[in-house]
Amino acid sequence: MLHFELVTPERLVRSEEVHMVVVPGSEGDFGVLEGHAPIMSTIRDGNIEVYKAGATTPELIRVEGGFAEVNERGLTVLAERAE
Amino acid sequence: MANLKELKGRIASVKSTQKITKAKQMVAAAKLRKAQAAAEAARPYAQRLEGVVASLASKVGASDSAPRLLAGTGKADTHLLLVANGDKGLSGAFNANIVKAAMVKARALIAQGKTVKFYLVGRKGRAVIARTFPGMIVAQFDTTAVRTPGFDEARAIAKDVTDRFFAGEFDVATLFYSHFRSALAQVPTEQQLIPVSVPATTEPSSGAAVEYEPDEETILADLLPRNLTVQLFKALLENQASEQGASMTAMDNATRNAGDLINRLTIQYNRSRQAAITTELVEIISGAEAL
Repeated sequence: MLHFELVTPERLVRSEEVHMVVVPGSEGDFGVLEGHAPIMSTIRDGNIEVYKAGATTPELIRVEGGFAEVNERGLTVLAERAE
Repeated sequence: MANLKELKGRIASVKSTQKITKAKQMVAAAKLRKAQAAAEAARPYAQRLEGVVASLASKVGASDSAPRLLAGTGKADTHLLLVANGDKGLSGAFNANIVKAAMVKARALIAQGKTVKFYLVGRKGRAVIARTFPGMIVAQFDTTAVRTPGFDEARAIAKDVTDRFFAGEFDVATLFYSHFRSALAQVPTEQQLIPVSVPATTEPSSGAAVEYEPDEETILADLLPRNLTVQLFKALLENQASEQGASMTAMDNATRNAGDLINRLTIQYNRSRQAAITTELVEIISGAEAL
């Protein structure tokens, strides 16, 4: 499972184990699964798609401004706004 | 000896003052809990962002193309002092301490022959600074309209400050606010905002090469203004918690002082009353004996 964190300046919005997350990177969407290579990318305003398990319908979280970082601990999205 | 009616009036007035300070203390205690929670909730973001900026800055820092917010203007002639205060009084020495710290710094800079400019956030402290350093306040950010300054305000301030920086109005920006240590202790703190002071990277970089999208410098250029906003936001939150903490302590003291005063006045009132009765009795008795 992938450890996914979504943080805004006001609070920690999400911190959970998920199957896959699709991030709206500024140079294109990218999906992150467990064991993804380290990457750091700015994000554009758009929806993050969170897949809790394999082939379910994704949960959409609207985010604005910020960036995403993948390291050995998982995926962290820092956004200025998130719903 | 003050007459009885006067004393009665004074007791009543101190009692009503005590009611006000007591109410203000309870309000501050309730607000403090909220402000403290907000300050704590904001910490993860600030920490992560700081870590990322630090690791990026150490990679990019050496090159000539480093963003100006990181590298500075290469001079340190003009200093902008951002002083973040509250809008309201009744909070003990909270505002005065921040202003004092800023003024000490300003004096030291002026003694070194630097130019000092003030950028004020909040209503308090303006009068003192305007009197001591006339004509040095370049701007004031008004926070009276909002109940609690939040991220939007921090962003507006950050934008204004960076615009002024790129317009060449100053070389170094330093922020003064009150760090919230506990309800009893608030520490006036100064923090350099521009050029960004990079903390030493604490987390060891993992062996794997990190891919950047777009490249490091573009990301850094995007992150630095965000980092500035977040630092300001953090300072505003700390300030709010500090203000409520200081207010709570000050009002607690004031309530206790008022209680002491009431006790003293009550004793005085009772004594005067007793003395008046005794005098009256003596008069009546001596009058009766004379008959």
